[in-house]
Amino acid sequence: MTETVVAAAGSGWLRIIIGLIVVLLFSQLNALFLVWLERKVAGHIQLRPGPMEVGPHGILQTIADGIKLVGKELITPRSADRILFVIAPVLVFMPVLVAFLVLPFDQHLIIRDMNVGLLLIFAFSTFSVLAILLGGWASNNKYALLGAIRSVAQNVAYEIPLLLSVMSVVLMTHSFRFSEIVAAQHRFWFIFLQPVAGLIFFIAATAETNRAPFDIPEAESELIAGFHTEYSGMRFGLFFLAEYTNMFIVSAVAASLFFGGWQGPFGFSLGLPGLVWFLIKVYILLFVLMWFRWTFPRVRFDQLMNFSWKVMIPLSLANLLVTAVVVKLI
Amino acid sequence: MDEQLLEPVRENIYQLNLGPQHPSTHGVLRVLLKLDGEYIVEAEPVIGYGHRGHEKMGENHTYLQFMPNTSRMDYLSGLIYNHGYCLAVEKMCGIEVPERARYIRVICAELNRISSHLLWFGTYVMDLGGFTPFLYCFDDREQILDLLDGVSGSRLTYSYCRFGGVNRDVDDAFVAGARRFIARLRSRWVDYHNLVTKNVIFIHRVRDVGIIDRDLALRFGVTGPNLRAAGVAYDLRKIEPYEVYDRFDFEVPIGGKGDAQDRYHVRLAEMEQSCRIIEQAIEALPAGRFRNEYRYQHVTPPKGDYYLGFESARGATGYYLVSDGSRYPYRCHIRVPSFGNLQVLTEVLKGTMVADAISILGSVDLVIPEIDR
Repeated sequence: MTETVVAAAGSGWLRIIIGLIVVLLFSQLNALFLVWLERKVAGHIQLRPGPMEVGPHGILQTIADGIKLVGKELITPRSADRILFVIAPVLVFMPVLVAFLVLPFDQHLIIRDMNVGLLLIFAFSTFSVLAILLGGWASNNKYALLGAIRSVAQNVAYEIPLLLSVMSVVLMTHSFRFSEIVAAQHRFWFIFLQPVAGLIFFIAATAETNRAPFDIPEAESELIAGFHTEYSGMRFGLFFLAEYTNMFIVSAVAASLFFGGWQGPFGFSLGLPGLVWFLIKVYILLFVLMWFRWTFPRVRFDQLMNFSWKVMIPLSLANLLVTAVVVKLI
Repeated sequence: MDEQLLEPVRENIYQLNLGPQHPSTHGVLRVLLKLDGEYIVEAEPVIGYGHRGHEKMGENHTYLQFMPNTSRMDYLSGLIYNHGYCLAVEKMCGIEVPERARYIRVICAELNRISSHLLWFGTYVMDLGGFTPFLYCFDDREQILDLLDGVSGSRLTYSYCRFGGVNRDVDDAFVAGARRFIARLRSRWVDYHNLVTKNVIFIHRVRDVGIIDRDLALRFGVTGPNLRAAGVAYDLRKIEPYEVYDRFDFEVPIGGKGDAQDRYHVRLAEMEQSCRIIEQAIEALPAGRFRNEYRYQHVTPPKGDYYLGFESARGATGYYLVSDGSRYPYRCHIRVPSFGNLQVLTEVLKGTMVADAISILGSVDLVIPEIDR
């Protein structure tokens, strides 16, 4: 089915435009669904039902919340830097969309299968830090500023192990192209061959997306709401949706790099289409991220940095070195 | 920590108002922080946002009329405050209390202590960013509130004790409910320890954080679990037993260093000791009257100064009442533990990070209306 859709879409510009529309629709609806899922997961972990009122099992709750957010007044603090304050929430959402262009949903369901796809995703995901810094600084609020400072330090620290762990996968496949990386895992997923890299990637990705236990930039009990303390209405909504879309992206990248992307385990597809396999893996990883959040307390800022610089980076470097040697020998 | 880090560079220092509206100051505490980056150079607690003039109210209400106020100062252990107030007035007037009432008071006060500690446990972990234990604790605490609601008709501000007894008798359902609750709470420890106590992140957030050692604690008049965490076994239930506490077999859990982890463990152990007291009290609960036949409504204590100390969930508490022989006290002063526990923060918060400040504030278990009273 997917092949015919792709064929009908043709190639070149038309494909990108159709892709963008589909991506916009999918990422928004998916983020709304994830917010609902998060509240449901939280509810069930905490012995309560979660949202139940709007729609069956509260499935339409986030749409109602979204409408409420759109209708709210956009407040800009008097002493804020107006231009940067307005730009920041838009900036935080833009790179998220670009990342969808290279994600391999299925063997043929990649909007643009670039030879540097992997690099493109990481280059753009780093961009959102800039938006967070701008938002926190432009708000002219001490809590927001503290949140922004923390966010930058955290992202600098966790980008490195993230990329180092990715590099060991790249060494094994000799490619930055997503389709080739996934295809290389048709028998053994890389999580079995590169367990350390997989673990480091997932931990660093949790920190990248500012999720608990690494949610220090928006640590509620310390910084009230961190970098988005002063944001209201849909500007806050954009930060919020970007967080959930970012979660989807890191889970999708993790699924592609370490869990065989669109392929079933050990080459058995069990009759399920690739898209279904891919989404199953992504949602399992997303569930794990949510599980983290409702189980762990938050780490402290200096502990977070120590963990990155003293544990994660040396470990990922060692892993990269071992991989390089083994790849060379084989 | 490196000494040089603590040496403030003056031009980099900025002020941050932590509170009075802040999710983690539990009410209306304001802490004026002077920060160097994330490190605290100076911390000054500012109190008074919850001032309601309870002490002055005590002077122009009769002794019984002041009773509802007592459970509104420390709203988390209101019954213990009721209890202490009744003990104070009974001491002034020399009122005898029936045996059954004394046991009922102890059972309810200890249930109240557990509910207060459970709430502290939940909110403390929430301050550290773990949301889920909070709801588990509220689930358990709900059982206590239902039990106390059943006997006193109120969930938080009980006004349950009366001069010479308690307001209403307890029934078999209450006794069975208390037994069931204790069994349930004990079965929950496993979950709590697995989820929180043994969690690596939690341990790193509380170990060696906010050390209030023996000297510091004694110098600032810190009492309660905070003092016991520093290794001083000072519990008024043991040292100056009031009511019938001397008849029960229980221990006073103490810590060593006096860091947040010790305070955490002391409070958890205290809940277990309270369970033991309740069990023994239920076992020995005598039959008889639950209050005196004569209902003391307008007591007129003889002239003089009176003080009665008791152990609330937060530490050594006391009523200082001066009677001029009329129906109204001439002076009504209340010694509250949170006041001393707050004072020490100026010393402890220096040189810590903002995140630690939240952890320390939470770990000393403050109730702000009690400080402002």
